Amino acid sequence: MPELPIPSVGQLVFAAVALFTAISGLIVVASPNLFHNALALVATLFGVAGLYILLEAEFLAVSQVLVYVGAIATLITFAIMLTRSMMYGRTSPVNRQWGKAAIFAVLFFAVLLGFVQGIPWVSNMAELPSSQETIVALGMEFVTTYVVAFEVLGLLLLVALVGAVMLARDN
Amino acid sequence: MIPLNWYLMVAGFLFACGLYGALARRNAIAILMGVELMLNAANINLVAFWRYSDTFADMSGQVFALMVIALAAAEAAVGLALIISVYRKRKTINVEELDALAG
Repeated sequence: MPELPIPSVGQLVFAAVALFTAISGLIVVASPNLFHNALALVATLFGVAGLYILLEAEFLAVSQVLVYVGAIATLITFAIMLTRSMMYGRTSPVNRQWGKAAIFAVLFFAVLLGFVQGIPWVSNMAELPSSQETIVALGMEFVTTYVVAFEVLGLLLLVALVGAVMLARDN
Repeated sequence: MIPLNWYLMVAGFLFACGLYGALARRNAIAILMGVELMLNAANINLVAFWRYSDTFADMSGQVFALMVIALAAAEAAVGLALIISVYRKRKTINVEELDALAG
């Protein structure tokens, strides 16, 4: 930022949510304990839902909590508990190339930051219609413009469900 | 008023975290968590660009974000089923020991 104006309430709320999301996102990959990783992942997903609310995408925030926190995080916790026998303590949580991976990730972030700061983005949010109208518009998009993608997505979910049952079945 | 690039910076940081996790971890579940972080980072960008665009009357940004969420659910289900299946056969989910196809 070139000059530091007095932050508004919205900016302070954003800063709190963003900091929470970023710190728990770091714990997801940095903590050696797999269970702490999963708990931090839940916190990160909640933080992302908070960002969606700040962006006035309420339906998306609710979907995020339902699908990610409700389903995916639970699945991951189950998988950790089903497979945790020898992964604790005995071996390092990272492989040999972790140093290079860390350098690459930091450089990647630096490049992204350079791009993002170098472009003059629009900074004014237009006024949205009421959230009810937004959700109606979202539903209409799904059954008109994106109806083929929507149906294929449903088929994909069915196939993935059957495939997951077949793969995980004890035979 | 929150500038758009603040959202992009948060998303970029989450993506870099997920990238590191997917590249450096040995546990297959930890790698999957890194991939989930990257998908979330992309979703933040989609929604942020939708919110700051002039034509937010078309909801493409949110539609794409919802599709990514559904795809992530399918990916997590199949990925974790694969991990459990591998664990049952090999008694490990350390990706460095899963080298049956290595030349």
